Formats: sequence, C-alpha cells, structure tokens
Amino acid sequence: MDEGASQQNALTRRDMIRRTAAVLTGTIAATSALATLAPTRAWALELQTLSQHDGETILAFGQTLYPHATLPTAVYAMLVKDLDVAAKDPATASLLRDGTASLDSAAGGNFAAATPAARLAAAKAIEKTAYFAKVRSTCITSLYNNELAFAHFGYQGASWPKGGYIHRGFNDLTWLPNPPAAASPTVGVL
Amino acid sequence: MAAIAHNDDTAVVIIGSGAGGGTLANELCQKGIKVVLLEAGKRESSQTFIQDEWESFNQLAWLDKRTTSGNWRVATDFPNLPAWTCKTVGGTTTHWAGASLRLQEHEFKALTNYGKLEGANLADWPIGLAELAPYYAKAEHKMGVTRTNGNPGLPGNNNFKVLYNGATKLGYTKCSTGHMAINSKFRDHRSSCLQMGFCFQGCKSGAKWSTLYTEIPLAEETGHLDLRPQSHVVQIETNAAGKATAVVYVDAAGKTQRQKARIVAVAANSIETPRLLLNSASNQFPDGLANSSGQVGRNYMRHLTASVYAVFDEPVHMWRGTTMAGIIQDEAALKPSRGFVGGYEMETISLGLPFMAAFINPGAWGSDFTAALDGYTNMAGMWIVGEDMPRETNRVTLNTAVKDQFGQPVPNVHYDDHANDLAMRAHAFQQGGNVYRAVGAKSVIETPPYPSTHNLGTARMSNDPKLGVVNKHGQTHDVKNLFISDGSQFTTSAAENPTLTIVTLAIRQADYIASAMSKQTV
Ligand SMILES: Cc1cc2nc3c(=O)[nH]c(=O)nc-3n(C[C@H](O)[C@H](O)[C@H](O)COP(=O)(O)OP(=O)(O)OC[C@H]3O[C@@H](n4cnc5c(N)ncnc54)[C@H](O)[C@@H]3O)c2cc1C
Ligand code: SF4
Repeated sequence: MDEGASQQNALTRRDMIRRTAAVLTGTIAATSALATLAPTRAWALELQTLSQHDGETILAFGQTLYPHATLPTAVYAMLVKDLDVAAKDPATASLLRDGTASLDSAAGGNFAAATPAARLAAAKAIEKTAYFAKVRSTCITSLYNNELAFAHFGYQGASWPKGGYIHRGFNDLTWLPNPPAAASPTVGVL
Repeated sequence: MAAIAHNDDTAVVIIGSGAGGGTLANELCQKGIKVVLLEAGKRESSQTFIQDEWESFNQLAWLDKRTTSGNWRVATDFPNLPAWTCKTVGGTTTHWAGASLRLQEHEFKALTNYGKLEGANLADWPIGLAELAPYYAKAEHKMGVTRTNGNPGLPGNNNFKVLYNGATKLGYTKCSTGHMAINSKFRDHRSSCLQMGFCFQGCKSGAKWSTLYTEIPLAEETGHLDLRPQSHVVQIETNAAGKATAVVYVDAAGKTQRQKARIVAVAANSIETPRLLLNSASNQFPDGLANSSGQVGRNYMRHLTASVYAVFDEPVHMWRGTTMAGIIQDEAALKPSRGFVGGYEMETISLGLPFMAAFINPGAWGSDFTAALDGYTNMAGMWIVGEDMPRETNRVTLNTAVKDQFGQPVPNVHYDDHANDLAMRAHAFQQGGNVYRAVGAKSVIETPPYPSTHNLGTARMSNDPKLGVVNKHGQTHDVKNLFISDGSQFTTSAAENPTLTIVTLAIRQADYIASAMSKQTV
C-alpha cells in the first residue's frame, strides 16, 4: 500500500467514526441571557464513550433532578460532557449504561421520552442507587460551576480583574434604608 | 531567613504555620529565639490566589483523607470532609473571613455559669478575660481589627443592609459591621478592602490579615526563622527523661527528615494536632504523647453552626463585598430562659454560585432546591455560630483501617449533637428567619452545617493534669517542653469565632516560652 492510499484509509476511518459518533445538539433561545455569551446559539456535543441514548437519558435525568425552567439545555449538556469524560473509566461506563437501563425500565420504556411526571417517579424509584448518587453529585459541579450558569443565575464570578466591588455596587441596594454610619461607616472614611 | 541544621537542638520547632503557629513563630523570632517552622503545605501568595471557589479549594484546602462518625449531619453529607481547613503556608488564615471577637467573661467559666449538664464535659478555663485582656489588645493591634486601635469599621455591603434592617425591625440593638481583621484603611503596608467578595478564597489585595503575609515575613526579617513548606510532620520523638527531642517529617521530595528540638510546639489545627500526638505513641507514652489524662482527642468542638438564606423580591447581590460584612450580637448573651445555655452570633455570609449549589442543602434535588437557586441574585444570608457542648465522646481518634499517603492512620472525627446544641440551633433558625421575614423575605432556607471551619478542644486546658492536656500556658502537663499552640487548647468553645483568641494565646505563650528558656526551666 502506498502513502496516499493509507492516508485515504485513515481519512475514511475518521470519517466513519464521525458519522457513527453520538452527537447531542441544541439551540440557545435568543431571549436567554446566554445568547450573547456563547459564540453561536447552536451547540453540539460529540460523545467519546457514551452512546447517543445514554447521552440523551443523562441529559433528561439532569433536567429532572435540577429543573430550572429557563436554563438552556446547553448547560445540562455540560453534565453529559463531564460524565462522558468520567466514562473513560470502564467501571463508570458500565455504571452509567446500567443506569440508563434502570431509568428506562422505571419509566416504562424510554426515560428521555417520558412525561415529566413519569420521569420524576422513575428518579425517585432509583434514588438509593450508586448511579443516582453519581449523576446527582456530578450535577452540582457540572451545572453550577461554569460561565454559562454564572450568566444565567446572575453570579458575577471573579472580581479581582475589575477591582472588586468597591466602585461597582457592593452597597447599591436601594429598597431598604441605609444603616446609620455608626453601624456601617461610609466608604469616605477610607 | 536562617538555615538551622537538622541536628541543632537549640531551636523551637513549631508544627503548622496558621493562626497559632505563624503567630508564635513571629513572636519568638522578635525576641531573638531561633525557630524552625514546619508546614505541610506549599507557599502561595496574594498573586497566586484564585477567585474561583473550587479551584481555590483545591489549591489551599486540607484534602488528605479523613473519616467521620456520629449523628451530626456532616458525617452524612461530607463523610470524608469533616472539616474545612487549609494546608498551605498561613494555614486556614488564608481562607478565613476575619471576624475577630473577644470571648465574653462568663464564657471562661462555663461550668460555674451553666452548671453541670448531662452528657456534657463542661469545665472552667484556668484563665479569665482579665488575664487575657492585655494580650487581646496586642492581638487586635497586630491584626488591625476594625473598631479597635482607632481603625474605622468597614462599610457594610448589600447583604449587611438586609441584615441590619431586619435586625432593627426585630428590636435587636447590637448590629454593626463588627470587628474584622480586615483593613478599613491602608495600614501595616497592606491595602484597604476592595470589597472583592472572595475572603474565603484568599485575599488578593492583602487587606485581610493572614500569617502568610504578616507574621511570617516579619519573622523572616529577623533572621531567626527557618520556614520549611511541604514538610509534613509524622512523629514527635521523646527521650528516656520524657522530653521531646526531635520531630520527624517528610519533605517535598518525599524524604524522611529528623529535626532536633529544644522545644516543640504543635499548631496543626484541632484535628491534626491530636492525631499527631496519638501517632507519636511510644513505650513510654503508650496512649499517645501527653495523654496521661486520656483527654487527647476528646471534647472535640466545632461550634454550633447553621446558615439561614432568604430570597426577596428585589436584588441583593450578596456576593459583592466582604463575606462576613456584619454581625448581630444580641443572642450571644447568656439567657437560659431560651431553653439552652450559651449563646450565638449571627454574621452575614455569602457563597458564590458553585458553593451555594454544593452547600445550601447537600444531597437535595428537585424543585425546592432549584427554586432557591433561581432566587440567587435576590438572596441574603447569615451564618450562625454558637457555643457547642464539649463531650468526652466527641473525639478525634486514629482510624487504623485507613492510611494516608505516608502510611499513617487517618483521623476519624466523631461528633454527636448535644440536646443543648439542637435546642440552640432550632432557636437560631427561628430568629434568623425572623430577621429576614421582618424585611419581606419570600422564602427562608435553613441550611445545615458546612464542614467544620472552627475546630477546637482536643487538647484542652486545665490546671488539673487528670482533667486536661495542657496548663494555662498551653504547656502539656506530661512533657514539659511540648506545647500546644492552636484552638485545641480551648476548654470550652464560647460563641465567638476563635481565631482572635488563638492568636492571643499564642502571643501570651511566646512570653512564657521565652521566660522559661531564659530561666532554663524547660
Ligand atoms: C472559610 C473559613 C472562614 C473562617 N472564618 C473565620 C472568621 O471569620 N473568624 C475566625 O475567628 N475564624 C474563622 N475561621 C477559622 C480560622 O481559620 C481558624 O480558627 C484558624 O485558622 C485556626 O488556626 P490554627 O493555627 O489552629 O490552624 P490553621 O490555621 O488551620 O493552621 C494549621 C496548619 O498546620 C498545618 N499542619 C497540619 N498538620 C501538619 C503536619 N502534620 N505537619 C506540618 N504541618 C501541618 C496545616 O497545613 C496548616 O497550615 C474560618 C475558617 C474557614 C475555613
Ligand atoms: S472583600 Fe476585602 S477582605 Fe475580602 S477578599 Fe476582598 S479585599 Fe480581601
């Protein structure tokens, strides 16, 4: 086989992988606080280890565990991304695969396609399992420790690069009266 | 900086560079005494601190394995993280918030004033406020505590405005931005507070006191300090005469080293301190070093803690500005009519979104949880810190079934809430909620204790060698040249955040050590 042929083979193989790889996709609503933050409103997550069905199930499971009406699916996709990385460990991969099966069976067939009420019941049914604990605890960091979530919930993150809040609203609350200077001296005394 | 030879047996060897150890080191160096300061963690700086909650936690917190038992909720929520302390030069004074309160007179006499309580090992301290007052004054001066030494109070942030208005509506009268070891103006070569809101992650402006950039560099300037970061002490050795002779530690390269010592002072925070004493058991001290009383590791206290968060119709942005921006002290008084002894302080607190998700109700899920976080920008918060009961059965022991990276048994932290703790927490939840309801809270969230930030009592102070581990100077009853220099000494916990008292005791201990050295009595 000459150079060219083997290169072509490699390309074909890579192409095949791409075509068969599981990919989750979605769009951030134009009205979302995040629409201006993300480079494009459309997002795609290519899975390395998990199947398409595992990915969709985990995404739906995250939405069931931590339901925020307007939190874009792109943030829940972070959960899938983190668990996809964790699934490089074979034991975790099988825990997640078995979890998909148990959620599907608890939801009467397909968890991701079930009604919100059926999903909630299925989640409750498996609450004591290691799979539940794994996904739930991963949610805490995957969903709430990223820039998109910060923007959505209004948290401003690091303030050092901007000089703190001394001139940026640390005491800008106006719906209650200001405490007297004896209790809370003004910034002027600095 | 001095280079003290491993076989030089004339220096004081201090273990741990936090509030207790860092202060003791500087005080001794200022008196011309040679000090080797062994610190398990690395040396960071304001430049390297990170304003990201989890990254900062991974950079500075003590993450070595620990185990838990007992009926406290922390054992369920954080089975391998009973405490939030730091492993770095400066210890937990890198992450601390800076609240600096003196203990109250009556709290030094807990047994006398509260009476005997079933299931509690109450005792009076062998010292009182009058004896400590001059040292408190020195500590407040050193740390630049606001509303002392002519230092103005800090300006209150939005979180404080909510607290203050709620407090006054309820009729509380002792509410202000409190006593903080945070510069309200340029002082001591350090800047004033920029209201950055990352006090728990290490202060990048240096406005908040930490031994990392106050005591330790001052000690280095004297030429008497040999600071060794990444030096994890595994054992204290003794001789036939029952004196401490050397300290064994593992250095950055993983090599075991032995540093000889004239005096050894342990300031490793109240979980590692008793662990080290227990791990230093020998034929001569079969139950652990300085443990003839059997009290090493017992009476572990962590303060009664809890938090109350509330969501309002209007924005608060509580994360802007100092984390502990103000305090209500009305409930800190002794009023047994409330159904419990001791008292509690209410102090503003704020967590960033990542920590809020982790701590607001650990393990919880579903729409109650998410509704609370949906109100994040409109949220105010307070932390409750109250006196918890010392109990002999609340204790740090060695878990021989689990070993750390050096093959040593890890500490197990056992804690059962006392009925008094439960009664106080219920009262505090009610009052904390009332503060916020008084100014229109839409919902109030009762948050359980975080991993313990205040760890106390595991080598308690007593005049009686049968009842306590150390005397009123922190000197162990059993080993005359062995001192305890951290919160482990506390006889009872009192309601106040402990660090000002730890620093005060360290300053006083330095005087005692210096005089004992010159009189050749140790
Ligand atoms: C988030 C947070 C907020 C806080 N806020 C306040 C507050 O507002 N007010 C207040 O009073 N207190 C506060 N505290 C508590 C305060 O930080 C501690 O009381 C104080 O730092 C304890 O001092 P220490 O010297 O006992 O221990 P530390 O400061 O923890 O220092 C102990 C040092 O010993 C080292 N060490 C341990 N074992 C070994 C070993 N085997 N070999 C070598 N070195 C070892 C550790 O690495 C550490 O650096 C807070 C704590 C936290 C976590
Ligand atoms: S709020 Fe003030 S004390 Fe806290 S980290 Fe910022 S500058 Fe430092």
